Amino acid sequence: MEATFGSTEFWRNGPQPGALYKFPGHVNTTQASQIGAAKRTLAPTVTGTSVLGLCFDGGVIIAADMLGSYGALARYRNLSRVMKVNDSAAIGISGDYADYQFMKSVIEQRVIDEECLNDGFQYTPKSLFSWMTRVLYNRRSNFNPLWNTFIVGGVQDGEPFLGYIDKIGVAYNDPTIASGYGAYIAAPLLRDAFEANPKMSLAEAEKKIDECMKVLYYRDARSLNKYEVAIVTKDGTMIKSPIVSETNWEVAHMIKGYE
Amino acid sequence: MSFSTAPDWTSAEHETGTTIMAVEYDGGVVIGADSRTTTGAYIANRVTDKLTKITDKIYCCRSGSAADTQAVADIVSYHLNFQKMDMGEEPKVKIAANIFRELCYNNRDNLSAGIIVGGWDKTEGGQVYAIPLGGMLTRMPFTTGGSGSTYIYGYVDANFKTGMTKEECLKFVANGVGLAISRDGSSGGVVRLAAINKDGVERFVLTGNQVPTFYEDY
Amino acid sequence: MSSIGTGYDLSASQFSPDGRVFQVEYALKAVENSGTAVGIRGKDGVVFGVEKLVTSKLYEAGANKRLFNIDRHIGIATAGLMADSRAVVEIAREEASNYRYNYGLPIPLKNLTDRVSGYVHAHTLYSSVRPFGVSMILGSHTVEEGPQMYLIDPSGVSWGYHGCATGKAKQAAKTEIEKLKMKDMPIADLVKEVAKIIYIVHDEVKDKNFELELSWVGEVTGGKHELVPKNVYVEAEKFAKEALEESDDSDEEDL
Repeated sequence: MEATFGSTEFWRNGPQPGALYKFPGHVNTTQASQIGAAKRTLAPTVTGTSVLGLCFDGGVIIAADMLGSYGALARYRNLSRVMKVNDSAAIGISGDYADYQFMKSVIEQRVIDEECLNDGFQYTPKSLFSWMTRVLYNRRSNFNPLWNTFIVGGVQDGEPFLGYIDKIGVAYNDPTIASGYGAYIAAPLLRDAFEANPKMSLAEAEKKIDECMKVLYYRDARSLNKYEVAIVTKDGTMIKSPIVSETNWEVAHMIKGYE
Repeated sequence: MSFSTAPDWTSAEHETGTTIMAVEYDGGVVIGADSRTTTGAYIANRVTDKLTKITDKIYCCRSGSAADTQAVADIVSYHLNFQKMDMGEEPKVKIAANIFRELCYNNRDNLSAGIIVGGWDKTEGGQVYAIPLGGMLTRMPFTTGGSGSTYIYGYVDANFKTGMTKEECLKFVANGVGLAISRDGSSGGVVRLAAINKDGVERFVLTGNQVPTFYEDY
Repeated sequence: MSSIGTGYDLSASQFSPDGRVFQVEYALKAVENSGTAVGIRGKDGVVFGVEKLVTSKLYEAGANKRLFNIDRHIGIATAGLMADSRAVVEIAREEASNYRYNYGLPIPLKNLTDRVSGYVHAHTLYSSVRPFGVSMILGSHTVEEGPQMYLIDPSGVSWGYHGCATGKAKQAAKTEIEKLKMKDMPIADLVKEVAKIIYIVHDEVKDKNFELELSWVGEVTGGKHELVPKNVYVEAEKFAKEALEESDDSDEEDL
């Protein structure tokens, strides 16, 4: 608006037409840098652990448990970490939950903007992925990273798509993806399963994901046995929630002492 | 600081090293807090009011830096007062919570503020929102906060029931804060409680032997 | 417009001696040159209809739409200068987006109307700008507020309505709308009435070609503003044309 009307104010002490009242305490970046060295996110606070992604015949599945950890404290046990973007894309996140909520609100607004235009176009998984890589890389380049790993999945031109982006802007595509602890524990399991059967069905993929989430629950001290999956196929995106794995602790009966 | 020989209260920031709690019930919310403000180990205020009014039917429970949380609460109440005039009706609790979130998230690296927002509005009734340190926002049937909360997770998880009445909620919160006071050195003093519903706010103070006590022998 | 040329009509920032702002009145004239736009608020939603005049056969079908989405739950129908419409629509979208960003909720229509009408009004106060030659009908449906509809005109004034019309045949359209008991009608029925009204008020002699645009927001759309589905459109248009033929027939009988 300033460019259109020069410096003349329409409403003195009020917002520019088309602008909102500025929150008191709001400082723009130029002011902040003049005040002194800006502090930046140095550590995440409420965090989510691993996210898994797996391609199957005609779609992708993304899974994440529902725990929001506060350090070692299992503070929030009902947080959703998978998100439907539109009928052809979904994302899953690990890392700082506040940063995720920020990103979520930006994505949701962009999806609404797309819908408003009503031109038959919407975000494809690839375009969403590509845009998110720029956002994350840009933030880390300003030394103010979004402390997350994002897994973007969807179906584009009939082909499943799965991509990974982390807080420093590293990005790649793969038919199997796992972040956090899952990269150590679940990634080999998912990779073996995919290599053995690249054209697995949705049911087979769901079963494999359940198996991985269960192993993660056994071995990741920041996990919870309650998870959600986002499934994207040509028929659309759906979220299944919550899923609780059946666990097995029978082996405990065979253990006595430590030798 | 570690090289200074002066007592910590000369340089430490005032902190509401606190216990705060909020519970939703059918038709409203109950919120509660202890009353201790410390500067290091010195009790700067033993009768603090950490239940802060934002609008007639929206309150917040403050934990963390006293200065930060007061500043944030003041900004939010200014903003909601404006909103109330703009819209011609009582602001929604969700909007209050979102403004808190906005401020806490955008300034997360400079703030030490853990806030619980509790209140009543005509669309969604009684609501509790948690905004912990990083500036995330989530609605909860009940939540706790502050340093004292870590000592009472066992109690609250074992004793919270969905569908409690206002009186049961008051008891639940009083017990929770009472237990935290007895184990957390940074929480203490009296128990302040408030119940918010469509009719407004009722406030209570539990002092001296009114503060619930449990096993305290060893 | 008896006072044309007295020199008080060159700036929006100057009153005429009899207390009028001619630039604003001229903006209203610009709206009156435009095809008619109609909005009706029923019991379960809001329906918009636009008579979009097609001035050349060289245009693509469906080009230059005058029905806009602002947010998921809000739509706007405009009458007046197309470019001005788009500019104000863009402002409305920004306001809706800002509200969502700041408050995490969809903007209530009353609030959006206040913000946009404030913006339009600001353009009637300065010599450096021209008032918008647009009159727009805003509609929404939410679970909380139910159906809502407002009209903003170039002066920046806004009112809530159960039924309203703007553009060239607004008087005729309002007369037709007044015959309806819209408060008891579902938008599934109203969409036909809206189509009929657009067909009735269309002046075949002066404006040969036009495209009917229809959109709605309400319970049937899940609170989303959108152009009506093809089958609904076809049915509504058929209803309108038949109603028109019937009245033409009866007119002839009268002769």
